[in-house]
Parts: sequence; structure tokens; C-alpha cells
Amino acid sequence: MAELSKNDEREATPNVSEVDVVDAHSETEAVAAVEAPVDRGEPILQIRGLKKHFPLTQGILFKRQVGAVKAVDGVSFDLYQGETLGIVGESGCGKSTVAKLLMNLEQATAGEIFYKGQDITRLSGRALKAVRRNIQMVFQDPYTSLNPRMTVGDIIGEPFDIHPEVAPKGDRRRKVQELLDVVGLNPEYVNRYPHQFSGGQRQRIGIARGLALNPEVIICDEPVSALDVSVQAQVINLMEKLQDEFDLSYIFIAHDLSIVRHISDRVGVMYLGKVVEIGSDEQIYDHPTHPYTQALLSAVPQPDPEAREHRERIILTGDVPSPANPPSGCSFRTRCWKAEARCAEETPLLAVPQRFQGGDTPANHESACHFAEEKDVVHAA
Amino acid sequence: MLLDVRDLRVEFRTRDGVAHAVNGVNLSVDAGETLAVLGESGSGKSVTAQAVMGILDSPPGRVTGGEILFKGRDLLGLKEEERRRIRGAEMAMIFQDALSSLNPVLTVGAQLAEMFTVHRGMSRKDARARAVELMDRVRIPAARERVDDYPHQFSGGMRQRIMIAMAMALEPSLIIADEPTTALDVTVQAQVMDLLAELQRELDMGLVLITHDLGVVADVADRIAVMYAGRIVESAPVHDLYKAPAHPYTRGLLASIPRLDQKGRELYAIKGLPPSLTDIPPGCPFNPRCPMVRDTPCRTEVPPLFEVAADRGSACFFWEECLHG
Repeated sequence: MAELSKNDEREATPNVSEVDVVDAHSETEAVAAVEAPVDRGEPILQIRGLKKHFPLTQGILFKRQVGAVKAVDGVSFDLYQGETLGIVGESGCGKSTVAKLLMNLEQATAGEIFYKGQDITRLSGRALKAVRRNIQMVFQDPYTSLNPRMTVGDIIGEPFDIHPEVAPKGDRRRKVQELLDVVGLNPEYVNRYPHQFSGGQRQRIGIARGLALNPEVIICDEPVSALDVSVQAQVINLMEKLQDEFDLSYIFIAHDLSIVRHISDRVGVMYLGKVVEIGSDEQIYDHPTHPYTQALLSAVPQPDPEAREHRERIILTGDVPSPANPPSGCSFRTRCWKAEARCAEETPLLAVPQRFQGGDTPANHESACHFAEEKDVVHAA
Repeated sequence: MLLDVRDLRVEFRTRDGVAHAVNGVNLSVDAGETLAVLGESGSGKSVTAQAVMGILDSPPGRVTGGEILFKGRDLLGLKEEERRRIRGAEMAMIFQDALSSLNPVLTVGAQLAEMFTVHRGMSRKDARARAVELMDRVRIPAARERVDDYPHQFSGGMRQRIMIAMAMALEPSLIIADEPTTALDVTVQAQVMDLLAELQRELDMGLVLITHDLGVVADVADRIAVMYAGRIVESAPVHDLYKAPAHPYTRGLLASIPRLDQKGRELYAIKGLPPSLTDIPPGCPFNPRCPMVRDTPCRTEVPPLFEVAADRGSACFFWEECLHG
């Protein structure tokens, strides 16, 4: 904390209003050397067969359901204490709906979300409120997710109105200032309004609000995609520092595959409401076995002009099909170059492919493809 | 030289004072060449593009100095009538947000055909046939059936193809693309960039690509100009710049992006924020954020663009140190 307050002094000088995160370098490096969890214990969140179908209705007076948009269609994964699970996918794949379901902002159509063994989709009233304290969210757009008529102090302190047990009334201002300090903002700013801050600083305010109730899990939905490159790095570094400091578990949802690799311990790839591949960052990025993951990775422009002549690009044809009318069998088959008759008939399950089972290979991770095959597209230069 | 921008200056008069958006920018593009203009928000990259196209919001914006030579003619000296004839026919622009750039109450066919009826005086029937042809060319499936669809009936990637078709319609010699793929998903982005590069080769066009994405630049550009606070701080052939940046800002940007091919340690973060354009610090505009800053001359003198090598410049007094260190 001493380091942070030192930074705050510098923040008062013009043009240097964001914290110099580079200073914290040595500190975080030391922490990074210690990690590498061996026994991950019980998962803090277990998601099983989660579904969210939005009904499509017809008629005005007598509404009848004519179909459903299958935004999330059977998603299962675990989140362990202190880890970051990245979720990547293109727009419309259902990743943000998963975030809303985990927050209980949307009612799941089917499936369970166990928080420390308790199914939160069935909770209501006081029990739900108690659980919610431990799962918080940081939103994508720092310009619309902060109320422009509230001061920063009120925004960060608002969670205490709902959960007064965390901070007694007289103690709130001090708590809020402490939080500002933790996210690298000057504690004197408590009476300012959101418009007086830059995008990066606003995202820090959003993070401070997320931290207010000492949660265990933070769900981050595209937390840095609205920020400029140089500010992105500051916010990512802050999030990593806070994770170590408070032993937080993150679900990090983003479309930027490089950022997800940087911050995540494990990564899940979503396509059309389903997780198609999940594994450690190394398994997914260096040894992907699902064709969609391979195409996605090969399409990412890399900041290396030398490689551009040799890189193998898998250019997918067409667009993502509508989630109201997904293809039969494997939902990726309409764009897949490996698709055969079997793919239309039989839905591939998310499991370790048989040929890789038990093998001491990085391809030994869950992938929902009948023809899963390892292919390193990132290093293929 | 197809396009040669010399010492361009643009200001905006705002309630908070005069914003100096572009402060002496030099750029040049040849036929068949791709120049990337890279910068963060507020660096002046889009304003530069708008000034070249002649679509600056004025007032409050105003070009206060410099020349924009297009095929040898200074566009700033032309009448609005003459500029309009050049716009669309000889230089065209592709915008980031295709949905808000297309007219929602006209079919895409009508909007494409308009290019031919207005600029070429074609009959509506001929123009419609050309519209279908164009849609085919940018690989929109079933173009004949879809020509009477409205913009909202197309996906984001398809809409951006229509924008490209519209820009290409009259086979201009220069295209300015302002963040053409930023709003698109990565697999669609690859399709669109591919298409753009192919059409550029075919028509031997000059392309100015305005972007903040270092990955996209590395993929398609021949040369790159890095902008900061309305100035070009480094300009270089793309291979040289990624191998050894000659400006601390460029070096910081390259170090601050996470990599796809390896798990990095902590990211390098450039401290602070880009300056407000109404209040650009004296001396080098990057000096409050620069790790190599020295009181003199950095805080007192504005560095000119030093020649680092042939076709390569850096606006840093200590570019040698940056290049080798």
C-alpha cells in the first residue's frame, strides 16, 4: 500500500493522472514465481448444463411462442479459487449472457450454478442476497456503467447501502477512500463526478465498486475493450495485482484473444451458445484441437510483420448462424472445412477426444469435435 | 506521388479553448502502397483523414495551414464544387461503423446505384446492374436477390463489404479506411482485410489505413506513421519499425500489447494519459510520459522529425539511444 500512496502524489501533477503501474513490477514478479497451484481443491463455482433460451413470440393479444433464441445452450465449467478463467468467442456466441446468468441477472432456463456447493439458480430473497455479495461484476463500458449524477464516493459506496453489514454508516467514507487508493486513484477524488475522469480511470472506479463488498468472484465482461492500448495495459496490470492481493477468482470475458491469454490460467472457447473447447492457456493457444479455435487463432492479426508471408490463415466463409435456428448436430459444421455427414447427425460432446485420452500430450483436453486434431496455428510461421 | 500532405494543421474552436488536433503533419502515399496511420484516440489520425477528404466539420474545425497535394494539385485551393467531384470518384473513404454510414431507409442497391447515376450520369437500369456487379465483386452471396435489401438485413461483415463496394464503385486511385474492421469479429475482420487488399492490388490503389491496432498494421501495411498529440512522432517502413522502434512512444506501445504466441510476464504500461489537445505540454508532447525524458531539450523544444535512415524519421532528440537501447 505504501507504493500506491507514493504514486498518488505524482498523480496530482498535470498530464500524469494515471498511476505508473510499472513501479509495481518487482513486487508482482515475486508473487508470480510463487504461484503454480498444485492442488486446486474444490471449485468455487461449478456450472452444469446451463441454458438460457429467450422466447420468440408472435401475436399481440394472444402471444404464442414460435421459437427460441438459444443464447446459452448447455454450458458447463468450473472456476477454482484464485484462478482466472477466460471466455472467448465472437459476438452473439452467448458469452455475455453467461455473465448475466452467473450474476443471477437473468433467470436460467435450465441448469445449475453451484457456488460452494449451493445452487444459486434456486435461491431467492435473503439467501440470494447473501450469495450475491460474493459475486460481483465489472462492466465493459466505463462511460455508461457509472451514473453521471452520482459522485464517485456514492457510486463506490452504493453497495454498502444494500449490504450495510460490510461497512457501518460512519465508516463508509473511509472505506471508499481506501478502495480508491487500492485501485490507484487519489482518495481526494471522492466528491468528483464520472465525467471528470478519463476512460481508464473510470474503469478503475468500476473495479473499486466491484471490490467494495470483498467478493470472492469477479465477473469481468470485456473490461478493457473500450480503452486505448496504453491504458489497457495499466488496467490489466491492476487487475492482476488485485487478484494476488485479495485472492480473487476472475471470469474474464473478452473477444481479444491476446489479452485473454495474458491474464487467464484456463480458457474456454464459445461458439453459438456452447463451449467448444476448454483447457489451460497453453493447451488452447499452442495445441488447439477444435477447428473453430484454430480458425479463430489464425485470424488474429499479430504484431509481427516478418511472419505475415508465412502464416497460414484459415479464413472461414460466411457468418455465424442465427442462434434462433442453429444447425443440426455440430453448430460449427456450416463453416467447418472438416465437416462430414456425421457432423450433421450427431452433436459432438465436450469431452477429451478418445484418441488423446490418457496420453501425456497437451492435446489431452476437452474439445467438442468428432475429428479433433492438434494444430499449432499461432507458431506456424 | 499520389497523395502528399505537407505541414497540415487543423484546429477546433471549442468552449474550452482552441484544440490543436493536427499540428504539422507530413504524409505521402504512392499508387499501390498501403500507409498505416497509427494512433490512440485523440491523436489526430481521423481528423487528418477528414481534412484530406474535405469532410471536416467546419465550424468548429478549420484547416489553418499546410498543403494537401493530390496528383500534384493542392486540394485546399479548390472550390467546394471541384472537391466534391474528386470525392467518391478519385478518392473514397471507408468508415468504421457501416450501420450508421449507410442510409437505413434506402436499399443497398439504391445507395450503390446512386454512385453511378450521380457521378457517371448512368440510367437507373444500368446503374442497378452495376450495383449487382459490385456486390458480386465484394463476394456478397446471392447478390441479385439481396440488392433490394435494406442495410439492417445484412450482418456487420456484409455491411462493411457494401461500404467497400461503394468506395470502390468508381475505381478511385486513393482509399482512406478509418478503422474499417474495428467493429467486426476477428474471423470476419480477416475476411474483410483480405478483400480490401485484393481489390487494392487489382486496381493499384493507394490505401491509407487509419487504425489503433498494431496487429492489423503488421499484417497489411507497407509503411507506418505513428501519431501522437496531432504530430507524427515516427514514420518508417513497417518491418523496420517493429524490429527496432526509434521513438519511446512506439517502443512503449509495442511493449504494452500482450502476445498471442507466448504467455508474457507483467505488461509494460506507458504511464499517464495522452495530453488534452487544448493543453499540449510545451516541448515534446510525449515528455510527461516518457521514460527517457531529460529537462533540456525535451521540456523546452519541440523535436523535429529527425532523419533516422532513408525513408525513416523519428521526432525524438534521443532517437539513436532509443533505436539501439
